[in-house]
Amino acid sequence: MVLRHVLRHIFALAIKEFLALLRDKRSRFVIIGPPIIQLLVFGFAASYDLNHVPVAIYNEDLGGASRELISHIEGSPNFEVIAYLEHDSEVAPLIDNRDVLLVLHLGQHFSSDLLQGTTASLQVILDGRNSNTAMMAMNYLNSIVLDYNLNWLAAEGKSGAFAVLQTRAWYNDNLQSNWFIVPGIVGLLTLLVTLLVTSLSVAREREAGTFDQLLVTPLRPMEILIGKAIPGIVIGLLEATLIIVVMVVLFEIPLRGNLGALYLGIGLFLLSAVGVGLMISAISVTQQQAVLGAFLFMVPAIVLSGFATPIANMPVFVQWLTYLDPLRYFLIIVRGITLEGNSYSLLIHQYWPMAIIGFVTLSLAGWLFRHRMY
Amino acid sequence: MNRLAQMRLWGLIRKESLQILRDPSSIAIAFIMPVVLLFLFGYGVSLDAKHIPVGIVIEQPDRETQSLAGAFERSEFFSPQYFSVIQTAQKALDEHQIDGIVWLRSNFSAQLLSNSASPIGVIVNGVDSNQANITQRYITGTWQAWLSHYAESRGQSLQMPVSVEQRVWFNTALSSRLFLVPGLIAIVMTLIGSLLTAMVVAREWERGTMEAMMVTPLRRSEILAGKLIPYFVLGMGGMLFSVALAVWQFKVPLHGSFWLLMLSSALFMLVALAIGLLISIVAKNQFVAGLLAIIVTFLPAFILSGFLFDIHSMPSWIQFITYLVPARYFVAILQTLFLAGDVWSVVLPNIGALLMMALFYFLLVWRKFHKRLE
Repeated sequence: MVLRHVLRHIFALAIKEFLALLRDKRSRFVIIGPPIIQLLVFGFAASYDLNHVPVAIYNEDLGGASRELISHIEGSPNFEVIAYLEHDSEVAPLIDNRDVLLVLHLGQHFSSDLLQGTTASLQVILDGRNSNTAMMAMNYLNSIVLDYNLNWLAAEGKSGAFAVLQTRAWYNDNLQSNWFIVPGIVGLLTLLVTLLVTSLSVAREREAGTFDQLLVTPLRPMEILIGKAIPGIVIGLLEATLIIVVMVVLFEIPLRGNLGALYLGIGLFLLSAVGVGLMISAISVTQQQAVLGAFLFMVPAIVLSGFATPIANMPVFVQWLTYLDPLRYFLIIVRGITLEGNSYSLLIHQYWPMAIIGFVTLSLAGWLFRHRMY
Repeated sequence: MNRLAQMRLWGLIRKESLQILRDPSSIAIAFIMPVVLLFLFGYGVSLDAKHIPVGIVIEQPDRETQSLAGAFERSEFFSPQYFSVIQTAQKALDEHQIDGIVWLRSNFSAQLLSNSASPIGVIVNGVDSNQANITQRYITGTWQAWLSHYAESRGQSLQMPVSVEQRVWFNTALSSRLFLVPGLIAIVMTLIGSLLTAMVVAREWERGTMEAMMVTPLRRSEILAGKLIPYFVLGMGGMLFSVALAVWQFKVPLHGSFWLLMLSSALFMLVALAIGLLISIVAKNQFVAGLLAIIVTFLPAFILSGFLFDIHSMPSWIQFITYLVPARYFVAILQTLFLAGDVWSVVLPNIGALLMMALFYFLLVWRKFHKRLE
């Protein structure tokens, strides 16, 4: 039977690919070891949350009101007061050296202004070198001051705010940024390993000259394509599963949605990643070109995926580019299933673009196998 | 050095340079990669949110709700959509059409007019915690501005007891581009220095040309210098190119001295090259070398260097790991030199650290390289 032949061909090639990849002890190690280490380190490191922001306080006021406000700041886990200044000239060195992120200055009249009912001003000098950290720190400070203000007004018996905000965050109640980042790392590491495995598979043979031999065997290009794709998909699938287990067990990220929907997403994502990898591999003549090609794809793919910064903040033109990025869809699926508890119906528009990307890249790779001979 | 040794070294440098020039992928990574990365990050990556889609639920429209909705309408941070019941807004939040909800219940105006604190429900999608924080901050800001505006319109004055006056140093507009672009130079140089070198030398091991080189009269130091010098030149070229793009294209000010920038870049380049060489010696195979270079140098430079995520807020065992990441020191130098100027107390210790690392890694390369010769 023809089908049996095809299957046997594919099977034999896939076995050979696995052996080529796993024969080397170091290759085996780099597929498993580093990704797990990465997940651990980055999972704990990649965070926008701020704890213990170093602060210096320059208080010229002797009244009790200023002391009360300062005690609120000292009591906040977000801030750590590391210096109390006595002179103006101490401010600049602390900020310049990055010893503190911000300096709070309370003028001589702070308490008396407050008691007389005029607005007392709290001056904040902020190191803007890292703009995001600076804004986050201001955010924490503003909410401390706001609480202080409302308490003060209430104590004075004045009509405070006649409308108050009651804020809740859905899906991530405490707004922990590792709930956002760690599911993203699942996509990132799966893409990295799959892309490297597949992009080197053809280039390695090209460099060694065995790809020409493969082309003159009875194997059809379609069979070569599938045989070369299988190791990438299998390894990617195992890798993704391993990372998801670590994510749930160690980082305690909830897995609220449908597991089947997650694996459908992983399957389609791997298909597109393998397609891109094989396409890069088919274009490259040397392994160096293949790795660089994988890299030239990888970095924009991470940046444009919304892994670390929101797609909505990008210029419209760049937002269009993100639609070509399979990681973009996969991250929405992973986050949707882990945090939001989504299922198939809400994710349907993430599935089909990955299927299209996979189909197009795989066809191109197959075409390139036949039409690129060196 | 005698004439013969000079000739030998010169010949080797010539050979390495020709190898770079022949394989276009090396040139690509030195000059195309910086452009792609800088444009991607410069234009694509932004933490500055604008026109955040929020849903405003108005259960009973009247003058008061109109006035609050107007405040959102006028803000450049929001593009509001209106809903009359909370359920449809929640559905839109689930479908990612909006990032947050401001919910004015039917008794909002009645409570407002009776001077009892009227609750405003705020729900944000917390999946992207950083974005959610920013959204909350803007909602709070808009609400505060509206409060005092509304108080005035009723002939009352709502005076906050304490007002925060912020002054931002170094990056007055708190634009995330100004802090991302300098750090990006470290990433680009890591790529050129480590990834490219690791791949190229691993290829020589794989093909056996390294062993061929060892039976020539070339000394160990000459082989190493012959490998390093062309890539050093290539890397510094890529670096100059990135600085030019940063200053002229992205208008990042360079407050510090250009020569200090060059000096610290040269040091960082040496560290990156040494790590690249070390990886190739350990890996001896292009697949392993490529994966190791990405995992040991590129990803840490991305996540652990303080380029994007604040090092201070990481758990202390990870802060300890960051001391092993050379990019950490270079990013600190870059952000300071570009945005603040020649702050010696920041620059000198970091240059010292880079110097130590360069010495350490070269010593390691020297020893490892020697071992393998035998």
